[in-house]
Amino acid sequence: MNQWKNFNKGFFRENAVFVLFLGLCPTLGVTTSVINGVGMGLATTFVLLMSNIVVTLIKNFIPDKVRIPSFIIIIASFVTIVELLMQAYLPGLFDELGLFIPLIVVNCLVLGRAEAFASKNSFLSSVTDGLGMGFGFTMALFFLGGVREILGSGSFLGFKFIPGDGILLFILAPGAFIALGYLIMIMNKINKKTT
Amino acid sequence: MAKKESSFVNMVFTLFVITLTASTALGFVYEFTKAPIAAAKQAAKMKAINEVLPEFNNLPNEEIYKIAMDNDTLYFYPARENSRLVGTAIETFTNKGFSGNIKLMIGILPDGSINDIVVLEHKETPGLGDKMSKSKSDFSLQFQGINPESFNINVKKDGGDVDAITASTISSRAYCDAVNRACNAYLKGGKK
Amino acid sequence: MNFIIIIISAIFVNNIVLAKFLGVCPFIGVSNRVETSIGMTGAVTFVMVISTIVTYLLQHYILIPFGISFMQTITFILVIAALVQMVEIMLKKVSPVLYQALGIFLPLITTNCAVLGVAILAVQNDYNLIESVVFSIANAIGFGMALLLFSGIREQLELVDIPQPMKGVPIAFIVAGLLAMAFMGFAGIV
Repeated sequence: MNQWKNFNKGFFRENAVFVLFLGLCPTLGVTTSVINGVGMGLATTFVLLMSNIVVTLIKNFIPDKVRIPSFIIIIASFVTIVELLMQAYLPGLFDELGLFIPLIVVNCLVLGRAEAFASKNSFLSSVTDGLGMGFGFTMALFFLGGVREILGSGSFLGFKFIPGDGILLFILAPGAFIALGYLIMIMNKINKKTT
Repeated sequence: MAKKESSFVNMVFTLFVITLTASTALGFVYEFTKAPIAAAKQAAKMKAINEVLPEFNNLPNEEIYKIAMDNDTLYFYPARENSRLVGTAIETFTNKGFSGNIKLMIGILPDGSINDIVVLEHKETPGLGDKMSKSKSDFSLQFQGINPESFNINVKKDGGDVDAITASTISSRAYCDAVNRACNAYLKGGKK
Repeated sequence: MNFIIIIISAIFVNNIVLAKFLGVCPFIGVSNRVETSIGMTGAVTFVMVISTIVTYLLQHYILIPFGISFMQTITFILVIAALVQMVEIMLKKVSPVLYQALGIFLPLITTNCAVLGVAILAVQNDYNLIESVVFSIANAIGFGMALLLFSGIREQLELVDIPQPMKGVPIAFIVAGLLAMAFMGFAGIV
């Protein structure tokens, strides 16, 4: 299979957030700013990549019926590793993301890729798939975080360029839903044109 | 290589091996990160103490003492410069937050007035209640230099002197609750 | 008194879907019809309450005494996955009627972050056992209410003429945003 194609499908054609609607909880929950969004995206990418690698390496040793529990254990281990590492080396970001770090474990994106892709494909494809899907997810969080931070607090990456409060609504819960709705709409439009 | 059969023995064996490997790996990472995590937590606390108190040259966390209050404990960190008390940092809490507990570090000068306050931990709504953090708004600045004896630490809605954060009366109230708890404990014998 | 605050805050003020963003996947996924959302709510309530009780006991009698609370995530998710399986098998035997109503939703629940989220939140908030149970029931009700309201609106939406790229999920999100805005109005009541 063409590895490049396999990698870049995660960005547009099969973007986790905009097209497949997977992993929506962290997408909405942590994107109050760009940094939080990207931090979450990269943490998820790490878990996704590592679990894809492990799953594809041991796929032949796992009996079919205990497939899902095995995958969940593998994913949960990597999530805990991320949790501990972040607590140790990025305590600030860890406090901001809070509950959503352990919740990577129930991000349907991670289990979905392990089950639908890594358990059936070669090592190399699984790596590119994990990276592509992860970076596509990060990109989505970057956009949503960007829109919400610019509109909501009048700043970008913490750098304030509009004085005052901004449109507070976009930092709050309703703004998350509305901004994501519009982003998906734009994505629908783009995808329709290219296909 | 052929896929393993889903026989009972195979399933139990596989799950057992995976769980064992996973927990060994986790235990290892935990041991490895234990010291850095403790250090990071300690550093955050020290940074807060440094921020809320005037300059000092002792190690406040080595002279820590506790006062039990409302089913929980307040921690006191006395700061001295050349063994003269210059202030006390108090780690206080409230469970009246909008979404969970809030922990503050409050610096009190020997004359009983508040020097400065920083938020250690909170889960308040981003954009509203989280304005209690110093980096997000000027809310906490109004507490600088006030003396609880002459200043009523309650939001104006409740008859106090504190300007609440717009649209976040609950978070502001909780903040005042934590500050009051620290001041009361300080007067009741936290002063050493 | 304390219970009333927990209940009102979990259902209205900090609604699990509309304010905490937990369980958004099923919220968008199964809210096409009112009937399916009732089924989903039933299944979630069931699993959420049981798993909160079990994880509470695990946390306080195994993880904390042995000093291994860093294993929280992995134990909780395994417990939930196992519980979902057990509930499914038991329902099939005990009450085929209920199984038929809830059956297809059960496998989806393992990856419903609301269940794991509530279990972790109950521990984080230092609730005791009874408070944890109340908390989980209230959150399940909050989830159900948001889901029911939303599916009711979405059924009507299908009849409305909206721009092509907005059809389906995008407009659903925007409606969810409006609903979340309405729920923010409850913030003053605690």
